[in-house]
Amino acid sequence: MRRNGEIMTSKFRTKNVEVYYSDKKAIRDISLNIEKNIVTALIGPSGCGKSTFLRCLNRMNDVIENCSIKGSIHLDEQDIYGPDIDPVELRARVGMVFQKPNPFPKSIFDNIAYGPRIHGLASSDNELKDIVYNSLEKAGLIDEVKDRLNDQATGLSGGQQQRICIARAIAVSPEVILMDEPCSALDPIATAKIEELMNELCESYTIIIVTHSMQQAARVSKKTAFFHLGDLIEYNDTDKIFTQPENEKTQDYITGRFG
Amino acid sequence: MTLPISFVFFVLLGLSVYFYYHAKSSIVRKAAFLGKRSKALPSHYGQQSFLWAFIPSFLILLVLTIGGPNYIDQIFYNKIQELNPTFNESFVSLILAKVINVSNGKISTDEETIIILAKDYKIAFEQLHFYRGLVVILCAALLGMIISYRQKPGSNAREQVEKFIVNIFFASAVIAIFTTVAIILSLFFEALRFFNLYNFFDFIFGLHWAPNVAIRTDQVAAEGSFGMIPVLLGTLLISFIAMCVAIPIGLFSAIYLAEFATPKIRDFVKPTLEILAGIPTVVYGYFAALTAAPFFRDIGFSLGLDVSSESAIAAGAVMGIMIIPFISSLSDDVIRAVPQSLRDGSMGLGATKAETIYIVILPAAIPGLVGAVLLAVSRAIGETMIVVMAAGLSANLTVNPLDSVTTVTVQIVSLLTGDTEFDDIKTLSAFGLGLALFFFTLLLNIFALSISRRLAERYD
Repeated sequence: MRRNGEIMTSKFRTKNVEVYYSDKKAIRDISLNIEKNIVTALIGPSGCGKSTFLRCLNRMNDVIENCSIKGSIHLDEQDIYGPDIDPVELRARVGMVFQKPNPFPKSIFDNIAYGPRIHGLASSDNELKDIVYNSLEKAGLIDEVKDRLNDQATGLSGGQQQRICIARAIAVSPEVILMDEPCSALDPIATAKIEELMNELCESYTIIIVTHSMQQAARVSKKTAFFHLGDLIEYNDTDKIFTQPENEKTQDYITGRFG
Repeated sequence: MTLPISFVFFVLLGLSVYFYYHAKSSIVRKAAFLGKRSKALPSHYGQQSFLWAFIPSFLILLVLTIGGPNYIDQIFYNKIQELNPTFNESFVSLILAKVINVSNGKISTDEETIIILAKDYKIAFEQLHFYRGLVVILCAALLGMIISYRQKPGSNAREQVEKFIVNIFFASAVIAIFTTVAIILSLFFEALRFFNLYNFFDFIFGLHWAPNVAIRTDQVAAEGSFGMIPVLLGTLLISFIAMCVAIPIGLFSAIYLAEFATPKIRDFVKPTLEILAGIPTVVYGYFAALTAAPFFRDIGFSLGLDVSSESAIAAGAVMGIMIIPFISSLSDDVIRAVPQSLRDGSMGLGATKAETIYIVILPAAIPGLVGAVLLAVSRAIGETMIVVMAAGLSANLTVNPLDSVTTVTVQIVSLLTGDTEFDDIKTLSAFGLGLALFFFTLLLNIFALSISRRLAERYD
């Protein structure tokens, strides 16, 4: 299934990844390659380990106590759990958008400028402004907020807040954006906007999205991985997964027989 | 037949409990008889009966117990006055007191009239107790019976019980407010008496505090002077020193506890810090006087500074230690209440823990932190014992922390303890100080609230 040509374009290569919470094994033996500049969807029923796997990719699991990880994850041939990797730098390369919109209780401008400021990406105020405007533009939000950049970000609607969070992640110019059910707290219209945004963003970023909605996975992703009870059941082109899945469990899940 | 209050109360309680069960079972029977479902649960009808039987009768019991004796005293006061209209008020009160004591058997007397009055007094009391018990019990029984009889499956007992309970909550809130108002009013009127004797502006702006006045009118003594500035300055100085100690230590330990400590360390450190809050202030007081003050004096001496043996810095530093747990414990709770999603969001952007705390978490926690500091400041301003023991009584107009100073609360204590007359200017000046302190802390509260509102970063 994996030809040499594909490995060259893969962004993440994970091998035998296992995650434990205390003694409980959350995911088992996950090996998959995630390709560059496409949207990859991780689907599966609740508690199947897809979010846990996602959080391994930028070491957000380090924050959780009693969480330990085995196996290897390479980002561009670099072992991200290697001794010379600083998780803080890694997270600047691999940004994250969360399930619930979590803008900081600050102005819209300060929210977007947060990342560039802490990483020292802008050498002058004008440069910082450019970064903020560009990020908002890429997130398709500029027309809605350009006149009120000093308003509280928490006063925006849920969909706008989530796009602020995406713009905030873009502002650090990451290589990968991880999205953990980014639309689960949003209405259909806001969801449609974010999906459209993902389509545009995947030209310049690698996007990995965890989603509960199979329709969403089918709409936005090029590749889909199906997780069940901590195992990776099937990983293939999205078209294949949704039309002719190889595994019976995948078939059952996408036809709505469980999960 | 005597009916002591405990007996009456337990009968009342028993009756009410009886009506609870009675109403509960009778509503089931009524509903079955009518073939309808009752609108509320049977226990709601029981609760309604309980409340109706208990609360009004209990209030009557309360009123009779508090008001009854006063009423009897008034009757006997009038009786004694009628016996001899030439008696003046205080003499009548004296006789009344004697009558009461004789009737209690505390003293004996040969005087015929007083013995007769004492007997009557005793009988009156017995009657009061008897009728009190009778009225309360009858009232409870009657009301309980009426309400259980009138309850129908169609009436909504739950609604009424809930309304009643809301009223109880409201009454509790009102009692708290009334008490506050009463305290302020009593303070205000006593202070007003002081300002009748002493010029208000001389008090507010006076730079000299020396509350010595002649004890006898013919005694030669210095005229007392009541300028509150030195005393207020002492309070400010000591509170300021205390906050300089408590805010950094309290806040930093809170950040450590909330963000860095492992659960094991936290479980040990937090209760240990809170032990500090449990130490009586008197103990802090002699710690300040016997350990801290000499310590500061020795340090000052080795630096060539003259530190008085009772110094503001000793009292302030120990007071600061005392209020550390207020700040650390509350701030810890406030910091931990900032949602995890904000921490995740910041970490997900590649922020370090320090950046996350400094730029995201602390600003979001500001209102609570201000509240914690405010509570600590009020403790510091109101604290008396440490200052009495470690900072002295002399009202010096100084901001030098090495000097001995006094505070508003210490002055109030020293003015009101011992043999004092309550119409004396010296005693009344304590109420002036109390009122000033009250307004000062009120202003501080308003100021801090407005600051925290301006700085607040609201998170959902």
